[in-house]
Amino acid sequence: MSRRAIVGAASVGVVILAWQLMGVFGLLKPPFFVPPSAVLAAGAVELVSPRFWNDVYVSGQELVYGYALAAVTAIPFGLAVGWYVRLGYLFEPLMGFMNALPRIALMPLILLTLGFGLWSIVTVVFLGVFFTVAINTVQGVRVVEPRYLDVARSYRARDLTRFRTVVLPSAIPFVVAGLRLGIGRALIGVVIGELYAANAGLGHMIRAASNSLQTDRLLFATLFLIVVSLVVSEALRSLERRVAPWRAGVSLAAGT
Amino acid sequence: MIAQPKLAIAGLQMEFLRRRTSSSMVVIENLDLDIRDHEFVTIVGPSGCGKSTLLNIVNGLLSPTSGTILIDGAPAAARRSRLGVVFQDASLFPWFTVERNVGYGLECLGTPRSEIRARVAPLLEMVGLSAFGSHFPHELSGGMQQRANLARALAIDPEILLMDEPFAALDAQTREIMQSELLSIWTRTHKTVLFITHQISEAIYLSDRVIVMSARPGRILADLHIPFDRPRALSIKRDPEFTAAEEHIWELLEAQVRSALETNVARGG
Repeated sequence: MSRRAIVGAASVGVVILAWQLMGVFGLLKPPFFVPPSAVLAAGAVELVSPRFWNDVYVSGQELVYGYALAAVTAIPFGLAVGWYVRLGYLFEPLMGFMNALPRIALMPLILLTLGFGLWSIVTVVFLGVFFTVAINTVQGVRVVEPRYLDVARSYRARDLTRFRTVVLPSAIPFVVAGLRLGIGRALIGVVIGELYAANAGLGHMIRAASNSLQTDRLLFATLFLIVVSLVVSEALRSLERRVAPWRAGVSLAAGT
Repeated sequence: MIAQPKLAIAGLQMEFLRRRTSSSMVVIENLDLDIRDHEFVTIVGPSGCGKSTLLNIVNGLLSPTSGTILIDGAPAAARRSRLGVVFQDASLFPWFTVERNVGYGLECLGTPRSEIRARVAPLLEMVGLSAFGSHFPHELSGGMQQRANLARALAIDPEILLMDEPFAALDAQTREIMQSELLSIWTRTHKTVLFITHQISEAIYLSDRVIVMSARPGRILADLHIPFDRPRALSIKRDPEFTAAEEHIWELLEAQVRSALETNVARGG
């Protein structure tokens, strides 16, 4: 294990240990706040409970629908807006506006329009992810090294070839950064959406656990969301390594 | 009768508009230059004298204010696909392998993939990179990257090679070796070359003719024939005749470099 991994794991371990010790010395006030051992115990129960897995399924469906829909639309949209100057004039103010808007504030409006359940939450997730990915993608297209475009022009590359061989590859790191930021936004959308407008899902589970003072279940659901977020983010990072193998060397060269 | 030049630059004028003061800055002033087929011509001049601008105009990345550029007597615009360009450092695409980079010009021309592979292989061999075709540029040393750069330009079998300070970023020893490698490749391919550098000995060592340019606005100060026999060994750089030529060019350049230094200072860097 690298030194970085050891130090990182140690810092997480110290926080959990301190939390546990606070419980041992009676500094926590169950059931309002419980030590990690209680969270793990609740987890052991949840992991074999069909209701928990149904909540995971419901949240997962909202997450995947909203996120995938946003990714497959935002990437081409961002590429087009970044590449065609006039599309930039047309859409960038709107994108700035939508990105500045706390999208959760739209939740009540979305509920009134689309009603209770799946599609309202998918919409919230979509709005959270779309603009994050689109704005990053636009940025990726804009920061293409002019030198590489000169090379392409010197070899008489047509517009489409220039786009495919220069713009697209150099935008990839930005697209992936957007997608990784988007995961966090998507989970926020799922949880907040379900706090408002669902009768199943992890957000709903958190609300229900809170109402019945089951802090252990509440914290377990939260922990589960953290793990999902980390796993997906890491998966995207390895996807980037797959589609952009040159990046490993580039970041090494930059000394990181 | 004089043979038609391969590349003919006539009455070239390049002015950049300064938006802030809405005045114009003359970068190249009334420049004429003919280059014969198979000739190796190098331009030396102080920084900012418009050497690279000239190359970019020939290459079509910039449009001149006025003047004509002819390739084989025809307007250059129609024949630019016959130009091979070697840029300064790190112009290989980091996201493509060396092989794909070298074949890039052919890819842009729509050459079928199998043919690209067939044409790239001997070029990689020629520049000594056969074993590195599937490597990415960042895995190569600076000298190897510039060899790949050269191979990329040669892959389209250009009629004219444009080289913009291709060895500027290399360390001194690697640079010497690359100069002699370039000459041996040039001897085999015998392209017409327009080479830009600010290193006088590099210019003399490589060229049939050295063009000395003035500080901005760039004009031609001298057009010198370099008489040394080919093939040239690197050791000719210590030849008294060679050092005399070096000194002669430096005398021409010194005042220009000083004046370029002062105008650059006056402009705030």
